[in-house]
Amino acid sequence: MLTVEDLDVWFGHPPERVDAVKSASFAVRPGESFGLVGESGSGKSTILRAIAGLVDSWSGRIEVAGEAVAGRRRSRGFHKTVQMVFQDPYASLHPRHSVDRVLSETLRLQGMDRIDARIARLLDQVGLGQGFRFRYPHQLSGGQRQRVAIARALAAEPRLLLLDEPTSALDVSVQAEILNLLADIRAERRLSYVLVSHDLAVVAHMCDRLAVMRAGRIVEEMDAASLRAGAAQGDYARALIAASAGYVRES
Amino acid sequence: MTPLLSVRNLRVAFPTRSGLFEAVRGVSFELGRERLGVVGESGSGKTMTGRAILGLVRPPGRVDADRMALSGESILNLPERRMRRLRGARISMVMQDPKFSLNPVMTVGRQIVEGYRLHTGVSRAQARDKALEMLAAVQIRDPERVFHAYPHEVSGGMGQRIMIAMMLAPDPEILIADEPTSALDVSVRNEVLRILDRLVRERGMGLIFISHDLNLVAQFCDRVLIMYAGRVVEELPARDLHAARHPYTQGLLNSLPRLDRPVERLAVLQRQAGWRDAPPEGAA
Amino acid sequence: MTRTTRAWLLSDAPQTRRQARLGALYQGWLTFRANRLAMVGLAILVLLVLVAGFAPWIAPQNPYAQNLAQRLQPPSAQHWLGTDALGRDILSRLIFGSRITLFIVGTVALIAPVIGLFVGTVAGFAGGWVDQVLMRITDIFLAFPKLILALAFVAALGPGIGNAVLALAITSWPPYARLARAETLTIRRADYIAAARLQGAGPLRLLIGHVWPLCVSSLIVRVALDMAGIILSAAGLGFLGLGAQPPMPEWGAMISDGRSYILDFWWVAAMPGLAIFVVSLAFNLLGDGLRDVLDPRGGRE
Repeated sequence: MLTVEDLDVWFGHPPERVDAVKSASFAVRPGESFGLVGESGSGKSTILRAIAGLVDSWSGRIEVAGEAVAGRRRSRGFHKTVQMVFQDPYASLHPRHSVDRVLSETLRLQGMDRIDARIARLLDQVGLGQGFRFRYPHQLSGGQRQRVAIARALAAEPRLLLLDEPTSALDVSVQAEILNLLADIRAERRLSYVLVSHDLAVVAHMCDRLAVMRAGRIVEEMDAASLRAGAAQGDYARALIAASAGYVRES
Repeated sequence: MTPLLSVRNLRVAFPTRSGLFEAVRGVSFELGRERLGVVGESGSGKTMTGRAILGLVRPPGRVDADRMALSGESILNLPERRMRRLRGARISMVMQDPKFSLNPVMTVGRQIVEGYRLHTGVSRAQARDKALEMLAAVQIRDPERVFHAYPHEVSGGMGQRIMIAMMLAPDPEILIADEPTSALDVSVRNEVLRILDRLVRERGMGLIFISHDLNLVAQFCDRVLIMYAGRVVEELPARDLHAARHPYTQGLLNSLPRLDRPVERLAVLQRQAGWRDAPPEGAA
Repeated sequence: MTRTTRAWLLSDAPQTRRQARLGALYQGWLTFRANRLAMVGLAILVLLVLVAGFAPWIAPQNPYAQNLAQRLQPPSAQHWLGTDALGRDILSRLIFGSRITLFIVGTVALIAPVIGLFVGTVAGFAGGWVDQVLMRITDIFLAFPKLILALAFVAALGPGIGNAVLALAITSWPPYARLARAETLTIRRADYIAAARLQGAGPLRLLIGHVWPLCVSSLIVRVALDMAGIILSAAGLGFLGLGAQPPMPEWGAMISDGRSYILDFWWVAAMPGLAIFVVSLAFNLLGDGLRDVLDPRGGRE
């Protein structure tokens, strides 16, 4: 579904050039859910942005559904295959656009027909229902906004969803609802996910396999079972798992 | 013995277009020389409770309580001048993101020195010594260098340690920490918590630790208040948190994905209208 | 208004597109209404529009009718605001002059912000050399005092009210362009723009559908606050004899006419001055109120 080979991403020009991602390689199989974990600044979100075409300074090879992409240009077919959900639901919805406008514009851009019926279906599917169709973002809670963002991503009927910390701005009870929704959608539509998160428990719950990143590099790849068992190969991943277990009091 | 802080029936309300919005609706608790966790989701009133104690609720917000006393002395709706003398010297606060709490155009050292002198009136040299001592106390390896650094030159974890150094310099009796580690990475988080833990213990301070993270609070605090819709719905010793009785607390705990306990589907919290009005358990 | 209509408008769960739109408008109106001074400003401007619209019916006398026997009369029952050097009724001239003022304000408000919005958002959104070129042009305009530049334009185009307005419009867009560009730079990095890009939205759609609606509100506020300056500039051109030509009752030109008598016959210059003052003030008050509604970052806390 997705192949990333030897990906480098950088920002700025020398001497201030910052290398955000350094020779990262991984592959996601169709129907698989793949996690990218790491601390802030490890480059995990940058990888998603490079795949989505939101960053232009990268080199290496990105292949989506067998088709290589280049630079920031993406074909129409790409947008129908890959969609993204952003971290902050307060920043990812246009403050002056109603839910109706967001979804209908998206559907029209994707060349869909029967817009009204599709909007109704999308809203039902993300658990909002018709009553939310004409609301503006300020009339929605964080969780509801994230549902709208998910509906927008689903409108194109994509096969690969890039999820950039989709629940880190939400309360834990809302996080559970959104994670369940994402799991349901994946099962129903047979989607592939790339989930970026700093929360190992979320990744273990959602993903089959994951890659641990540190300072722009992928330092380890493992499956969810090894993550749960704490069976990491490298020191860094082991330390990260230990730290996530929480705080141990000095007596 | 009088508790460090005693709060009875605290209420905070804001007038809005659609009537009065009550952010805090009758919160009562006492704080001794201990670590008290206040947990709740956004909008539960946990942050407003902290701000009300510090006298930081801005008009048109109104603070009201039957009693709010610091070591037996009322601090409810004190005039701003008297509150300012208290704030920092006897009650301090550490906030979520050091980026917004540190002045970007002043060196770290100067900020600590000025804050300390304001409350103690000691000489510049003494304040400087104290600042360096505090920076060393929060385990900054090279206090001299950090003393002369500007906030943008330090990392997030370092910034939060500097905030703690600054807030603890005047030896307050109470520290209110509002999500002090939420903006930090896990490895840094534990380090900051360890420093906070040690300082609070050594100085015999009372700590109010406000957080959304139940597990963290369970591990870090002695006692926990769980807030929902502006009320305390449950109060219990931190080590018993996983045996919580209130359905809201249980629901929150169950909705967390856990590394050690895989589940097919996460439990979803079913909110009940009754939780808004139920009296805190054990209070009746 | 009945209770149910109010509830319908303030509903957090609108059921139709129309309800959502009207609700948003009503919310804005409530915020605006809470600002008393802004309401005063609005009232003055509504009055100005009415006066301009019904000028022929309201004005007690013909604004152009000269009566040298009645020249330089002080305010009286017959001439409420007195008469000028040619014996024309000042009140009637002010009333007809409001049309000219509205014409100036309206035209400048239509041209300048639109140019500014276009230049600023295109520069901010495109970046690179487009940004460089457009912003250097803007800088060139900004490097001259506005009135001097307008003088140069009028001198080139020839005196007259139309040319004066045109000159004012093409000299007052650069600040709007700067403002729009600054806004665009922050908007273009937003996640919702990235999300729209991912749907395959092209730059034109992003610019018009996503960037403009957010820039327009701060521009409207700025325009309302600038209107006072525009009126004064127009009056300045009129005063220098480059704007409205006699016998047009333009307020600035009227002050200019009165200046030779200002010590002995103060009302000739003072009355149009007062009119300019009141209308400028009204626009400023209105601008403040609009800022509360449209640009929540500013005033409200």
